[in-house]
Amino acid sequence: MVTMKAEAQGKVLIIRLTGELDHYYSEQVKEFTEQQIDANQSQHLIWNLSGLPFMDSSGLGVILGRYRQVNEMGGSVTVCGLNTQVKRLFQLSGLFKIMYVDQTEQEALDRLGESSCKTL
Amino acid sequence: MQNAMNVSFNALGENEAFSRVAVASFAAKLNPTVDDLAELKTAVSEAVTNAIIHGYDSNPAGIVYISATIEDGEIDVVVRDEGQGIGNIEQAKEPLFTTRPEMERAGMGFTIMEHFTDRLEIESSTSSGTVVRFKKRLAGKRVNCV
Repeated sequence: MVTMKAEAQGKVLIIRLTGELDHYYSEQVKEFTEQQIDANQSQHLIWNLSGLPFMDSSGLGVILGRYRQVNEMGGSVTVCGLNTQVKRLFQLSGLFKIMYVDQTEQEALDRLGESSCKTL
Repeated sequence: MQNAMNVSFNALGENEAFSRVAVASFAAKLNPTVDDLAELKTAVSEAVTNAIIHGYDSNPAGIVYISATIEDGEIDVVVRDEGQGIGNIEQAKEPLFTTRPEMERAGMGFTIMEHFTDRLEIESSTSSGTVVRFKKRLAGKRVNCV
């Protein structure tokens, strides 16, 4: 079971996921996030995964897919609140090389407010 | 003494959570660390997702079989399908390789299974399906802090 919440703050969209993200829920997360990006005309995306104790490569696929979407529009993607298992998946797949990592949502928001023009 | 379990279920995405929790519950008697249990669940989830999406092309009539045995602190898991098989196993194991980019597959399933288990074996035939087998030591790895 995955619950999804979205909050827009200016050009930044925060997606908060709770539960276990696998193949079964990845399509729902994809559709929800795409809708929210469109509706809010968001430039930057923050994934708050602090309520997500489990994810598999299906989750990586969704996050990578949204990275491509946001990146094409010149925006950035940040992940925060990663637990040990999720962090290892990100390390294995090299996603840390293309996304920002912060401990908390607030850190990510502060950084985006101050240096949203920073290039990777 | 060896202890064994078997489950089989239809190739439905909603059964993925059941499958990894079933194996994790069976493994719990070895008193694994939280991280080891999370890695075991991830490996099961990857193998079952492959069976459903690639083996059976998401046809829910397909049956996924899981058997697991525990012996000497190690769990041995076999995830089997009778689907279409993998044409080129070496290619399938390459990081980021996927036959389903349109489904936003990351192509990381086998890489994750290899990293999260101690030993991984894949047998596949385009006529009889795929067998993924992995072993993971779970007992006797705890460090006692005094």
